[in-house]
Amino acid sequence: MFQFIFRRLSLVIPTFIGITLLTFTLIRLIPGDPIEVMAGERGVSAERHAELSAQLGFDQPLYVQYFNYVSGVLQGDLGNSLVTKEPVLSEFLTLFPATIELAFCAAMFAIFIGLPAGIIAAVKRGTLFDHSVMTFSLTGYSMPIFWWALLLMLIFSVNLGWTPVSGRIDVVYWIDDVTGFMLIDSILSGEEGALSSAISHLILPSIVLGTIPMAVIARMTRSSMLEVLSEDYIRTARAKGIAPWRVIIIHALRNALIPVITVIGLQVGILLSGAILTETVFAWPGIGKWLIESIGRRDYPVVQGGILIVASIIIVVNLLVDVAYGIVNPRIRHSR
Amino acid sequence: MKKRLAALPLALMAAGAISTSAQAASTLVYCSEGSPEGFNPSFYTAGTTFDASSKNMFNRLVEFKLGTTETEPGLAESYDVSEDGLEYTFHLRKGVKFHSAKDFKPSRDFNADDVIFTFARQWDKNHPYHSVSGGSYEYFNGMGMPDLIKDIVKVDDYTVKFVLNKPEAPFVANLAMDFASIFSAEQADYLMDKGTPEQLDINPVGTGPFQKVQYQKDSLIRYTAFDDYWKGRAEIDRLVFSITPDASVRYAKLKAGECHVMPYPNPADLEQMEADSDINLMHQEGLNVGYLAFNTQKAPFTDTKVRQALSLATNKNAIIDAVFQGAGKVAKNPIPPTMWSYNDNVKDYSYDPVKAKALLKEAGYEDGFKTNIWAMPVQRPYNPNARRMAEIIQEDWKKVGVDAEIVSYEWGEYLNRSKKGEHDTVLLGWTGDNGDPDNFLYVLLGCDAVGGSNRAQWCDEEFNNLLLAAKKTADKAERTKLYEDAQQVFKREAPWVTVAHSVVYEPIRNEVKGYKIDPLGGHYFYNVSLEK
Repeated sequence: MFQFIFRRLSLVIPTFIGITLLTFTLIRLIPGDPIEVMAGERGVSAERHAELSAQLGFDQPLYVQYFNYVSGVLQGDLGNSLVTKEPVLSEFLTLFPATIELAFCAAMFAIFIGLPAGIIAAVKRGTLFDHSVMTFSLTGYSMPIFWWALLLMLIFSVNLGWTPVSGRIDVVYWIDDVTGFMLIDSILSGEEGALSSAISHLILPSIVLGTIPMAVIARMTRSSMLEVLSEDYIRTARAKGIAPWRVIIIHALRNALIPVITVIGLQVGILLSGAILTETVFAWPGIGKWLIESIGRRDYPVVQGGILIVASIIIVVNLLVDVAYGIVNPRIRHSR
Repeated sequence: MKKRLAALPLALMAAGAISTSAQAASTLVYCSEGSPEGFNPSFYTAGTTFDASSKNMFNRLVEFKLGTTETEPGLAESYDVSEDGLEYTFHLRKGVKFHSAKDFKPSRDFNADDVIFTFARQWDKNHPYHSVSGGSYEYFNGMGMPDLIKDIVKVDDYTVKFVLNKPEAPFVANLAMDFASIFSAEQADYLMDKGTPEQLDINPVGTGPFQKVQYQKDSLIRYTAFDDYWKGRAEIDRLVFSITPDASVRYAKLKAGECHVMPYPNPADLEQMEADSDINLMHQEGLNVGYLAFNTQKAPFTDTKVRQALSLATNKNAIIDAVFQGAGKVAKNPIPPTMWSYNDNVKDYSYDPVKAKALLKEAGYEDGFKTNIWAMPVQRPYNPNARRMAEIIQEDWKKVGVDAEIVSYEWGEYLNRSKKGEHDTVLLGWTGDNGDPDNFLYVLLGCDAVGGSNRAQWCDEEFNNLLLAAKKTADKAERTKLYEDAQQVFKREAPWVTVAHSVVYEPIRNEVKGYKIDPLGGHYFYNVSLEK
C-alpha cells in the first residue's frame, strides 16, 4: 500500500514541473507585455520601457526568470501582482472561498438532481422519462455556459424577477468579511434577511455551473445502474420477493455507485474550470474572474500562480481519489 | 417535480429581498465595468481605477467643471501666472477636511504640505515615498511633468508656487488630472512612522465627497457620503460600486433595478434601452478621435493634393453606419466637439469621388497608385472594428484608382512601427487626457512628436507656430483663437482623414436625478440624487 502511494506521488513531481513550465511560457507567448498593456496607445518611451522592465525583472533572460519563479514557488512565494502589487497568494486566499462556495453548491445541485434522475431512468428504461433524461442530459452536457447563464438570467431575473441578476448579496447588507463564505458571514452578521439574500444569489450560478456535472452524473448513474440491474444476484433478490425499492437502493445502487463516485471526483476539475465562465457572467468574485482579468492585463505572476494553485488542487483531489480507490479495491493496487 | 418544489420557496424569498432593497433609496448603485487596480490614482492610467478613487474620493487643485472640459477652482481658490508664464502661484482653500481611516484621524485641515507631498512623491526620486508600493507614476511621466517642473515651493501654509522650465499653458489642465489628486501628508507621515507606508496606497484618505468604507475584491466597493465635505454633503447617503464585467449582465441588473447607472452598454442593446420607459439613455460625443494618417514624408503623400483627393474619396458616413452602428459621429476636426476651441466653421471634405479623381489627375496620378492601409488589431472606442473600416476605405479608394493593401501587426508592434513611419497610411486614434486642445493638437500633430505619436510624420511650420504661441499664453480667449486657426490650417493641409468621434452612451434609471456625462470619461456621483 505504501509503495502504491509512493509511486503515485512520484508521478506528481513531473506533472508539477510541467505545469510551471507551461504557464510560464504560454502567458509570455501572448503578444503584448504588461508594460505595453498598461500604457495603451499613449505608448511608453523606449527608455521608460527599459526602466520598468528592469524594475519588474523582465530584462533578464527567460531561463533566469523561470528559475527565480520556481525557486520562489518552492519557498512558498508566488510573487506579487504587477497591477495591485499585492502577494498572489493573499489575493488567491481572499477570493477562493467564493469559488468554493459556488462550486460546492453546484456540486450539491448536480448530485441531488443527477443521481436520482439517473437511477429512475435506469429503472424505467425505455420509457418516456428515460428518453427525456437522456435528451436533457445530452443537451445539458453540450450547453455553452455563457449562453445558458444569460438565458436563465433573462428568464428568472429580468422577466420573472424571482432571483437577483448577479453578485453575492444585496447591496443593502453591509456584511463584514469574516470567513469569506457569504452563507456563513451573512449568518454571523445577524442582519435580518441577509442569509436569504445570499441564498437567492447562489441559485442561478449554482444551476449554471452544476449543469454539466449533473448531466455527466445522470448518464453515468444510468449506465452503471443498467449494468448492475442485469446481474444475477438482482434477479435472485427480486425472486426472493424483496420490495422493489429495496432491491434498487440497497442491492443495486451500492454497487452501481463505485464508478459514479470516481466521476464525481473528476468533476472537481470541471467545476473549477467552469467557474471561470460562470463567475464572469454572474460577477462572482472568485478565482475564475480573477484569472480572466489577469490574462487581459498580462499580470504574469497572478496567471502563473493562480493556475499553479488550481492545478495543484486538481492533482491532489485526483491523487486522493486514486488512493481511496486503492484502499477500496485491492485489484487496482496490484495491477499497476 | 422535486426540483420545482425546492426552488419555489427560495425564489419567493429572493423576490422579498429585492423589494426591501428598493426601499433603501439613498443608496446609489453603480454597476462598474471592472475592478480598480488600486486606490492611488497616481499609479494608474485606467478610467475604471479613477472612477473608484480620484473622481469620488479625492480633489485636485483645479478641477474639471462637470460636463465640460473647462477647469474651475478646486482645492486652490485661485491662481496667478507670472508675466513670463513660468511661475504658477496657487492660493489654497481654507477649512478643507480630510476623511478618517480606521486607524487614522486627521488632526489638521488641508494645507500646503499636502500639495507638496503629493507632487514631491511623484517628482523627487529621493522622496521617502517615491518607491513605496513599487511606485511608477505613469501619467505624471507621460504628461512630461518631470521635465516641465523646475521647483515646487511652499510660500506659506496656504500658498504654493510651481516654477516651470518653459512656458506651458496646458499645465493647469494637467493639475486637474487624476494623478494630481491631493493626498494627506499627515497620514503619510503617520504610516511611515508606523512602518506601513504601503497602506497609504490601499486605504488613503482624501478630501472628496465620498469616503471608502470597504472594498471586497472583484465584488463591491462601498462608500459613505462625507459629512464635512467642503462643497457640502452629497445628497445620496451611500454609494456602492457593484463590479460587473459583462455588459449584458450590467443591462440586466439595470432593468431589474439592481443598479442605477451603468457604463459602456453593448451597441446592440441601445435600441431596446431607448424604448425602455424605466431607463433614460444619455449620450454625448466622447473625448476622442479616430483617424487615418497619411505618412506625409513618403511619396505620393508628400503632395497635399493627393491627401486632399483621398480625403474626398473616403465615404465617412458609410463608415459610421457600418463600423459604429450609430455609436459614432463623423469627425471634421482633430479635436472632438465637446472640447473648448472646437472650430465649427471648418468645412470638411465631403464625399466626392469625381472631384477626387480630378485632383489626383492634377497631381499627376491619373492612373492611381499602389499603397497600403494599416488596420489596428484591437478594438477601441474611437474605432470598434479597424479591419472593417480599412476594407470600406479600400473599396472607396479603388473607385478613384488607388489600390490599397490592408496590413496589420500585433498591437505593440503596430504602435512601434507606425511611430517609425513604416506605413503609407495608418488607422489610429486618441482619447484625451486633460481636456486641453494642446493634448490633441500638439501631442498628435506637433513637430516634436514626429517619430513618436505624430503618425502622419507631419511638421507644418504655420500650424506648429500657432500651437507654440498657444502654449505661451495663459489667456484662454487668445488660446481659443489660435487653436481655431490651427484647425483651419490642419484641414487645408489634410495630414489625416478625420474619421469619427465615438458617441458615449450611459443608460441610467429614471429615478436618478442630476447625473451628467463627463466628456473626459469619468463617472462622478456628487451631484446625483435619487427620487423615490
